[in-house]
Amino acid sequence: MSIFNLKVNGKLEQVDVDPDTPILWVLRENLKMLGTKYGCGIAHCGVCTIHLDGVATRSCSYPISSLGDREITTIEGLSKNADHPVQKAWIKHDVAQCGYCQPGQIMTAASLLAQNPNPTDEEIRRAMNGNLCRCGTYGRINSAIKTAAKEM
Amino acid sequence: MFNTKLIVIFLLLGIVVLSSMSGQIGKEEAEIPLKIDKKKSLLAFEKVYSVLKHPRCMNCHPSGDVPLQGDDSHLHTMLPQRGLDGKGLYTMKCVTCHPSKGVPGDHTPPGNPDWHLPPADMKMVFEGKTAHELALQLVDPKKNGNKNLEALREHADDGLVKGVWTMEGNRTLPPLTHAEFKKAWFAWIDNGAFAPEK
Repeated sequence: MSIFNLKVNGKLEQVDVDPDTPILWVLRENLKMLGTKYGCGIAHCGVCTIHLDGVATRSCSYPISSLGDREITTIEGLSKNADHPVQKAWIKHDVAQCGYCQPGQIMTAASLLAQNPNPTDEEIRRAMNGNLCRCGTYGRINSAIKTAAKEM
Repeated sequence: MFNTKLIVIFLLLGIVVLSSMSGQIGKEEAEIPLKIDKKKSLLAFEKVYSVLKHPRCMNCHPSGDVPLQGDDSHLHTMLPQRGLDGKGLYTMKCVTCHPSKGVPGDHTPPGNPDWHLPPADMKMVFEGKTAHELALQLVDPKKNGNKNLEALREHADDGLVKGVWTMEGNRTLPPLTHAEFKKAWFAWIDNGAFAPEK
């Protein structure tokens, strides 16, 4: 076990965990932040996506020892009042069905728009390709990202 | 008197020219290994080629803009793109799933601090290349990442190259160890870096 000092959603945290522990489990088990979900555990589904210094990252496959001094942003910290343009667009388009994959979808979409404020359909498809939705809400996700882009 | 002056001038010029030529020849000689052995070079490249064509190496030197994956070298799931710098695009960067050190496990993404494909302006394709084509490509600075032979030698100890042997999980390894590969790599280069026949 080792002590790690983290900055999560602007707040300093300290955890004592095995260095190989994926960030996902540090968030869920140690910090009791349950917004980030577990899906496949091998970075294939995207449901566990968080931001490390703004870069979309699969927290299930990222050991805490590789974090360095990068700041973690989770779905809980994307905005103060759930009013990030992507979140508002998600509500407007009623994107979620079962909702399980949505934290990862939203975090990926927010990272895309931060880097490319006006993505084409092709760019959206490529950027969101690593986020699976078993309910098949891809059409609504695409529309919501377009709406969010107009607001950003 | 005039002729004597001319003769002296020409003699001096001749000495200058000859000394500069001998300097060039000396420099060239210094850059050429003492014993170039084409047969040794070609034999070594057979070993080198067996490693470069292995999926652990070739999967990140694809002919397209999507990396390959697995021992069958299928297209990488999620179809991440090369991007201009070879490090992916937007939300599908290599570091999105490949941290500097991976989480242990058979199917987890392997880690490396420098994970990337060759950049878009110099793709350094291995996939589909014959031994002849690959050998020529490897020694051409316009196609090998601007490397001269010394830089090419040093590339054997590049972190991502060495990472081939430390990916862990249930991944197969190239037919040579890194030490054997490095020995063959040096033998190929130091004996003339010859390309096999077509």
